[in-house]
Amino acid sequence: MGLFILRRTGVMILTALCLTFIVFFMTNLYPNLEKLAKTQGDMRMSDEAVASWLESRGYMEPLALKYGQWLGVAPGWVKDTRDGIRGRCIKGAVTPEIAAEAQRFCGILQGDWGYSTVSKTDVNNVIWKRLGLTGKLMFWVLVLMVPTALIVGILAGMREGSATDRSLSTVSILTTATPEYVSGVIFIAVFASQAVGLRWFSGTANAAMEDATFRNFFLPVLTISLYGMGYIARMTRASMTEVMAAQYIRTARLKGVSFANVVLKHALRNALIAPFTVIMLQFPWLLNGVVIVETLFSYKGFGSLLVDSAGNNDIEMLLAVSVVSVVVVLVTQLISDIGYVFLNPRIRIS
Amino acid sequence: MEPLTWGEIIARILVQFTPVWIALVVLFTASFMFKRRLGLYGKLFDSPVGMIGFGLVMFWVFTGIFGQMDLIGTHDPLSQLSGMKNKAPGTPLPNPGEGAYPYYLLGGDNLARDVFSRMIDGAWVVVQIAPLATLFAFMVGITLGLPAGYFGGRLDTLLSFLANLILAFPVILLFYLLVTPEIVATGVPNFMAMVLFIFPIVFVAVLLNSRYHTQPKLRTPLLVVVLGAMIWIYLSVISTNGWLVNTPGLQIPALPGAVDLFDIPGGILVVFVSVVFVNSPTVFRIVRGLTMDIKTRDYVAAAQTRGEGTWYIMLWEILPNARGPLIVDFCLRIGYTTILLGTLGFFGLGLPPESPDWGSTINEGRKLLSIYLHPALPPALALLSLVLGLNLLADGLREESLKD
Repeated sequence: MGLFILRRTGVMILTALCLTFIVFFMTNLYPNLEKLAKTQGDMRMSDEAVASWLESRGYMEPLALKYGQWLGVAPGWVKDTRDGIRGRCIKGAVTPEIAAEAQRFCGILQGDWGYSTVSKTDVNNVIWKRLGLTGKLMFWVLVLMVPTALIVGILAGMREGSATDRSLSTVSILTTATPEYVSGVIFIAVFASQAVGLRWFSGTANAAMEDATFRNFFLPVLTISLYGMGYIARMTRASMTEVMAAQYIRTARLKGVSFANVVLKHALRNALIAPFTVIMLQFPWLLNGVVIVETLFSYKGFGSLLVDSAGNNDIEMLLAVSVVSVVVVLVTQLISDIGYVFLNPRIRIS
Repeated sequence: MEPLTWGEIIARILVQFTPVWIALVVLFTASFMFKRRLGLYGKLFDSPVGMIGFGLVMFWVFTGIFGQMDLIGTHDPLSQLSGMKNKAPGTPLPNPGEGAYPYYLLGGDNLARDVFSRMIDGAWVVVQIAPLATLFAFMVGITLGLPAGYFGGRLDTLLSFLANLILAFPVILLFYLLVTPEIVATGVPNFMAMVLFIFPIVFVAVLLNSRYHTQPKLRTPLLVVVLGAMIWIYLSVISTNGWLVNTPGLQIPALPGAVDLFDIPGGILVVFVSVVFVNSPTVFRIVRGLTMDIKTRDYVAAAQTRGEGTWYIMLWEILPNARGPLIVDFCLRIGYTTILLGTLGFFGLGLPPESPDWGSTINEGRKLLSIYLHPALPPALALLSLVLGLNLLADGLREESLKD
């Protein structure tokens, strides 16, 4: 088990390195850097001005070296420019004395995530707060989604082919066919717009960042949960029908155990193994949904940070965002694998 | 003129769809008459769920095709008529020209364009891209998944690592990295198109060669004709105005304009490539899993003892026996691709801003959602019904294919 986790962690680190290198490569392509120079400096810069701007800020170094600097395994660049000494580990242009005191290495290994060119502050100051806000959203999504999905799946799979099964399965198919931007738009239209006039909920979740209430937070949570719910419910249903057809369930029924008892005590525990993996593997998709819903409801969390930094080529912020999301995805995969082994005695013992 | 009531609007919309109804009735009658002779497709008509799904899907397919032939839409999806900005459904035009349809059936959007016609035209964007992109993703996934599952070992480890790498990427981040004008200017999507579009050629070449290599007289002309046509199409697809890549840093010449069959608009090509790129790792994993399962069967062992080539076993013994799950996944995946296309439009990536595709229209409509509902809801419901149809169709197919 220990070896398994160790190997998986190794693969995880390798994956994260590869992915960040791809992001690094894409964001450091010259047209992207040119756009960055123009938005940071002056929209009407000449080509030479752009080149010298990029040169003086260390963007023109070789890609591998820049990547090493960002990781913190290569010393940060230092350049003597007209208005003073600039460097990766130095903020702005400073005198040689101050520059001499600066650290040599400053990459993510040293805990320095770099400087966000859009929010004009360190990435560290922004990303964790945004991640916390999205964490809050995710927490409520899971609270709503998982129990509902499991209950729907179990009720549907309990008696295969019954009217309950048919109607609940239709509902699950319907929710999987409704992407977040469709259900979100429909919910806002029905529950939050002046045109329909119900106005039960608020159409933006802006206020929910400080103070989440049922009124301003329920719609975004519901929108994300619905899309994932159908899928989990269908998996639970499939696993439940399989268990209900098993020999030991029939034996229990024949011995005279009541139906409720059979479902709750005999079937449920075995039926929940498969959905557990599915729930963990839903995280990457939830991340996707989070980006859409945060844009739709103007909730300034991690997803909208991704959209903002990608749209403005905020290189170091984008890298930090990809590191965090890749780690989230890989860690959930690891947990799902380990959890599967723990939950399933047939695998654990053999 | 008076604005239309809701009843009249619905009646008029139903009338506008007449060609679609006729096509659907013809298709369903024909399928019912010959359903015993049509294999899995015919069996679909035994399951009500599958039939509803198939009906919904074909409804939008016909709408896309007939909409493109200008049989359904009432106005030009891009033209703006003054005085129709954000008007409610059923509003008559202030001064309709000669022969123009006198109403905006589903109202006007914030640029005074007809919502109904835009929705119809959006169907074509989806019908055009989604199935084809899914097909390409399947080609890539099958071409890589079969050897990975069959041979295992290092090859499998490497390909699985690459697939997991792409899967660990948040889809939206990938889109933002691939589908921006700056990246398009560097030619990265063109390179990806070059690589991804080779897979169908490789697939067909290996498929035909492994089947007919014992009959060189048939094999050689067949391969020359089929591959010649495919390579010509391939070159036409990836070359625009005589260039493969035309960036300041790098220029690669390609087919000259005279023999270039068609040009795909840059935006669509990028969207297509990124959708294929995102979808193929999942297909790869499914094919790999199925291959690993099927290669232990007796008929594969029999083929091996007969001395068949490995590619023949993979493509003509294993692949046909994996078709059930693959067809079901194909339907689901078209739905997922439709959702992805909508996501791209929703973030304004790739397709031009005035494009009538559903995602872009929803994105535009949502900005005024609290006051005007009508621009955002029709495309949203259209997308919902198409994806629902595909899911139901997949469900029906799964049920019917499990019956044998």
